[in-house]
Amino acid sequence: MRKRTIVAVAMPLVAIMLAGMIGCGPKPPSRRGGRGGGATGSDLTKAALATYVAPGDLDEYYLFYSGGHSGQIFIAGVPSMRHIATIPVFTPYPGTGYGFDDETREMLGEYDWGDAHHPGFSETDGEYDGRWLFINDNANGRIARIDLRDFKTKQILKVPNISANHGSSFVTPNSEYVTMSTRMSIPFPEGTYADVTEYAEKYKGLVAGIKIDPEDGEMSIGWEILVPPFNYDLGDAGKKASDGYMFWTCYNSEREFIEGGKLEVTASQKDKDYILMVDWRAAEKAVEAGQGRMVAGAPVLDPKKTSDIAWFIPLAKSPHGVDVSPDGRWIIGSGKLSPTTTVYDIEKIKKAIADKDFEETIDGIPVLTYASVREAEIPVGLGPLHTQFDGKGYAYTSLFVESAVAKWKLPPYDAGADMSQYVVDKIPVAYNIGHLVTAEGDSVTPDGNYLVALNKLSKGRHLSVGPSIPESAQLIDITGEKMSLLYDAFTEPEPHYAVMIKADKLDPIEVYKKEDSDNPDAIWSAEEARIERNGRMVEVWMMAVRSFFAPDVIRVRKGDTVRIHVTNIEQTRDELHGLAINDYNINVVIDPGETKTITFKADKAGVYAYYCTNFCSALHQEMQGYLLVK
Amino acid sequence: MSGLIERLTAALDAGLPLRSRLLVLVAFFVLLPVFFTPLWHVTFVAQQYPEGLNLYIYPHDLVGGNDGNDLTEINVLNHYIGMAELKPSDFTELKWIPLIIGLIAVLTLRCAVIGNVRSLVDLIVMLTYFGGFSLWSFWYKLSYYGTNLDPKAAVKVEPFMPPMFGYRMVGQFSVWSYPAVGTYLFTAFGLLLVVALYLAWPRQMQPS
Repeated sequence: MRKRTIVAVAMPLVAIMLAGMIGCGPKPPSRRGGRGGGATGSDLTKAALATYVAPGDLDEYYLFYSGGHSGQIFIAGVPSMRHIATIPVFTPYPGTGYGFDDETREMLGEYDWGDAHHPGFSETDGEYDGRWLFINDNANGRIARIDLRDFKTKQILKVPNISANHGSSFVTPNSEYVTMSTRMSIPFPEGTYADVTEYAEKYKGLVAGIKIDPEDGEMSIGWEILVPPFNYDLGDAGKKASDGYMFWTCYNSEREFIEGGKLEVTASQKDKDYILMVDWRAAEKAVEAGQGRMVAGAPVLDPKKTSDIAWFIPLAKSPHGVDVSPDGRWIIGSGKLSPTTTVYDIEKIKKAIADKDFEETIDGIPVLTYASVREAEIPVGLGPLHTQFDGKGYAYTSLFVESAVAKWKLPPYDAGADMSQYVVDKIPVAYNIGHLVTAEGDSVTPDGNYLVALNKLSKGRHLSVGPSIPESAQLIDITGEKMSLLYDAFTEPEPHYAVMIKADKLDPIEVYKKEDSDNPDAIWSAEEARIERNGRMVEVWMMAVRSFFAPDVIRVRKGDTVRIHVTNIEQTRDELHGLAINDYNINVVIDPGETKTITFKADKAGVYAYYCTNFCSALHQEMQGYLLVK
Repeated sequence: MSGLIERLTAALDAGLPLRSRLLVLVAFFVLLPVFFTPLWHVTFVAQQYPEGLNLYIYPHDLVGGNDGNDLTEINVLNHYIGMAELKPSDFTELKWIPLIIGLIAVLTLRCAVIGNVRSLVDLIVMLTYFGGFSLWSFWYKLSYYGTNLDPKAAVKVEPFMPPMFGYRMVGQFSVWSYPAVGTYLFTAFGLLLVVALYLAWPRQMQPS
């Protein structure tokens, strides 16, 4: 849904809705670079002071943006919004040598890209604990773990049967599980052929719980649940009052894919779609009890055979976000074609389940009676997508169509009250917001100070860079009664969600200590450098230090396989070295104390220089050697 | 003249009063920590090393700050100007300094228990010589490392004397070099012995 083509198609709709329903057309900016929002001088001074981080000073929060189809994660500081670094996850990144050494190449497997969507922190008791960051690949059924000790991708797990893993990576309060789900249903099991004319019967959706090892964060498949062929979209994990449950929205409950029929039309026919709710502890028990059928290595539960693991909750059609309030009591669902956001009460949901208060059953999954579980419908505005919280009793919902953020009050509400009074503030954003994030907004105690609007369009807000226009992220102050815009920042394609963590929760290392190295191929002095031949395999143990490599000459014969283990023996922070081999398409970067291994076939005869790519010292230019291929 | 020598000899053979013995004992305990504390501290600060690089000279070892890495870093930087690597194993001082401190400690204890004025004087003479020789040795090593630069080094600099006491700019580095806790303790140790001697000196020898 978040693809640029769809956005482009949606734009005329935006114009029509704004013109027709609000009564005024969008105003063009008076001049390129002109300040919008009608801010006065004193507002600007306040915003400038609130976001200015003086040279040498540090930001208050880390902001981890997903990089969308760039396959990366971008790190910025809040409140300065300065981009600090990029973590490559699903895409090779020569800047850090990711995807060029044997280990990361194996981790990336057959893929050159992924679609990084929703980052999620590990949690302890519902609080971000700063250990790991998970992120899903919407394109290839994968999920990755980043270790926040060194900000490196440590694992990419390919999960069978899941197609287009979008409802991910939402983490349970003690990091028991992280979610996965199928956005684009395919015939089950994966690899099966069935024509789209058989969509309703042969195609299946799946949701999955990925188990997280509490010690090292290693992910493994916990369980999968077979669900109807709807499009499972976004999710969240229950907490506190709703601990033990997972939630996903889904659209296309019409259950069809009509060739040439346009899914945007066919999937929008029914008034209501659903939130899928799963009892993950029940799913875990069912798998332990052997009720899962092993399919492609995953234990798959079928709600037709295993009851009391999954339920549907009706929601306004074509929903996107489902978000759990910090106390876990309120489940908030947003149908993007509806002008309201719906609040559900987990206590009412539990009661409806106990009372078997069901409207119908779909593929073994009971549908709870809407009127019994709904708490309220809040008229937040047009195109509600995703909701975040401030920990002070308010929710913030992004409005894609209206291009705004609505601030509204969580329950309790007065009986019979006009619900529009609970929408207490609204701020326009530039332009067309998708997700939003508040400081520690997915935890049980959000900080309630900063909100970042992740906007899909940024036209005219920055120096023009031609038609490939970047996305925009706007920092908004939510400490007061009224929200106020502080700053515009721009990102490469394309954040779908971001998470924000207090800076003091992370304490990353900056050097891999020599004494901690357990790589058997590490060497720590020029004297230990050596080259050994074993048949057609030439193995090199190399070290890099300011400003030379040892060895600086490698002699091989054409057709040999060359394996180089290169250790950066520096123990000083920021003394990185690179190793590029010209015309062999190789570039790795080795951090202080790190050892990387590269393997390649010397299939081109001649002399090829190798050199340090990551600037290291005054004599960096001299840091080079020769690969002689006879 | 001969009278003076006789009186001096007689004074040296005098026993130590209790207060002197106690002071010598206190001095002994002041000396003990010198084994484990740095004698000298050198700090290097440059724009790209805002926290500074620290080098601590212990009686038995050269220790870099930042878990030892600062010594490696200093050596990496020094190799560009052709300075020999600072390796603890190349410094014989690090072997004989602890040995002599130990010897002085034993003699101090001996002096406190069964010593007389003569043994106290011997002790003061010995530690003064030891202190002076150590300082000379330190100066000599500094000038040796600063002036014996590899002529094939990438960066040619004029031979120089690294600062031993005080501040000096060396290349892009501001360098501060000062005695550290161990040296202060050793000095206090010496002063305590001098006071003990003063208190033990027979009255007739004191200047009138």
